[in-house]
Amino acid sequence: MLKVNGIYKTFNRGTINEKRALNGVDLVLNEGDFVTIIGGNGAGKSTLLNSICGVFPVDCGSIFIDDIDVTRLPEYKRAKYLGRVFQDPMMGTAADMWIEENMSLAYRRGMPRGLKWAITSKERKMYREMLSHLGLGLENRLSSKVGLLSGGQRQALTLLMAVMRKPKLLLLDEHTAALDPKTAETVLELSEKFITEDNLTAMMITHNMKDAITHGNRLIMMHEGRIIYDVSGEEKAKLTVDDLLKKFADLSGEEFANDRALLN
Amino acid sequence: MLAFLSSLPGAVAQGIIWGIMAMGVYITFKIMDIADLTVDGSFATGGATLVVAVTSGLDVGLAILLAFIVGCAAGLITGLLHTKFGIPAILAGILTQLALYSINLRIMSQKANLPLSVDKYDILISLRNIPGALAVGAVFVVVIIAIMYWFFGTELGHSLRATGCNQSMARANGINTDTNKIIGLVISNGMVALSGSLLAQYQGFADINMGRGAIVIGLAAVIIGEVIFSKLFKNFALKLLSAVIGGIIYYIVITLVLRMGLNANDLKLFSALVVAIFLGIPYWKRRIAERKSINPKGAA
Repeated sequence: MLKVNGIYKTFNRGTINEKRALNGVDLVLNEGDFVTIIGGNGAGKSTLLNSICGVFPVDCGSIFIDDIDVTRLPEYKRAKYLGRVFQDPMMGTAADMWIEENMSLAYRRGMPRGLKWAITSKERKMYREMLSHLGLGLENRLSSKVGLLSGGQRQALTLLMAVMRKPKLLLLDEHTAALDPKTAETVLELSEKFITEDNLTAMMITHNMKDAITHGNRLIMMHEGRIIYDVSGEEKAKLTVDDLLKKFADLSGEEFANDRALLN
Repeated sequence: MLAFLSSLPGAVAQGIIWGIMAMGVYITFKIMDIADLTVDGSFATGGATLVVAVTSGLDVGLAILLAFIVGCAAGLITGLLHTKFGIPAILAGILTQLALYSINLRIMSQKANLPLSVDKYDILISLRNIPGALAVGAVFVVVIIAIMYWFFGTELGHSLRATGCNQSMARANGINTDTNKIIGLVISNGMVALSGSLLAQYQGFADINMGRGAIVIGLAAVIIGEVIFSKLFKNFALKLLSAVIGGIIYYIVITLVLRMGLNANDLKLFSALVVAIFLGIPYWKRRIAERKSINPKGAA
């Protein structure tokens, strides 16, 4: 499904701000894997996801999605394989456009965009139906500007837009971190629901160790640009937060340092 | 006062022509979120192209089309400088604008001014016939708004709007933001050049300096239209129309202040001040609102 072979990424090379973000990451995801990713500050979690998306080119290594080499493909061309939800709820939607317009943009991901009407009445019906499953009352606000929605509503909409085309890979980058606990719970439940229903392959970065354990079939721990722990199946299901903290200390020789994780 | 009233129709006609230019500015400034300074050059390019084309025997309709296409080419250059050379949009526009000064002189055979007599040539719009000019201008406005309304309702039009609104989101949804920025700049400068070609006919000449400060006039029209009509006009077609009305209001005000004795040479200073103030208003409003919200009668 996804094959990441030895990717390296250094930011600001040769300057005082030089930062080696990825230090040789190898990763193979199987069809239907739901991987949660944890790690301290600057471990390279977001850099890994952004490398897969093509936000920037990697220094070396290769990335395959379904045996298609996407390493040199620009971000907008890879988009057809990917669904993405960002940490910042403002980033995943176009604030000045309506809900239905945002959805029609996502619906055409990976398709050529020509001079046909952007939204058909059939689509509009489908969007309303999809929105009703979110349970947020958005199905009656198709022509509301997305900028008027709350952070949680925007994030739920972004999630829906990310999965509506059944992406080969769904990438969730701490997508509940900016939400209040209750809304975060709702969005996380929706994510779980979409992933299970459509049997999606997904990667989810989280700072919440409990969420990392309870969700998904596989867990990855990153440290200093490397994957230091990769566990799945039975073994993962049995993990506790204390196990994880101990594992981290053993493997990295450091205390787990993630300012947000400590607050949880 | 009577003199002012009698000069009103002329002001409205000029306002309509500049309003078409303002719709082009609306596309880059409001939709694509790019301040494109190419327009100061491409406006004159439109005028120069039209005069040269008509005086060498081309049909006026084709000459306007030609002016539009040449304007599109100017936008394409700015778009390429911005996206393929990585030059910030403002600077890319300034570079094209500067280059166009030389190109415009070449189009006009190194003359700074080329006349286009309405007596000798069959042209569409002239200040000798102001009712006719108003009618022709109105037709152009209606047709352009109709085309823009259609275009920005298409899949491609939506992807342009998304590019202007949120580039991360656009790319995550498979939109080539570079191509879209180029398309926006091309369309915008095509419209600006078309407007220049109408003004050259209206005033009976093309001038190398006819576009100087065009961006400021375009912005003035867009902002005046927005300030007055933003509560009233929600529909995209009406928002474009408000830019045209903004252009008309701008020219009426200009005519008025000239009648009141403003030195014509101070006009550009006046325009710059008007735009600076209108651009500042939203910022000041926000500042005042913030100050109020952090000081609710001594509460923490």
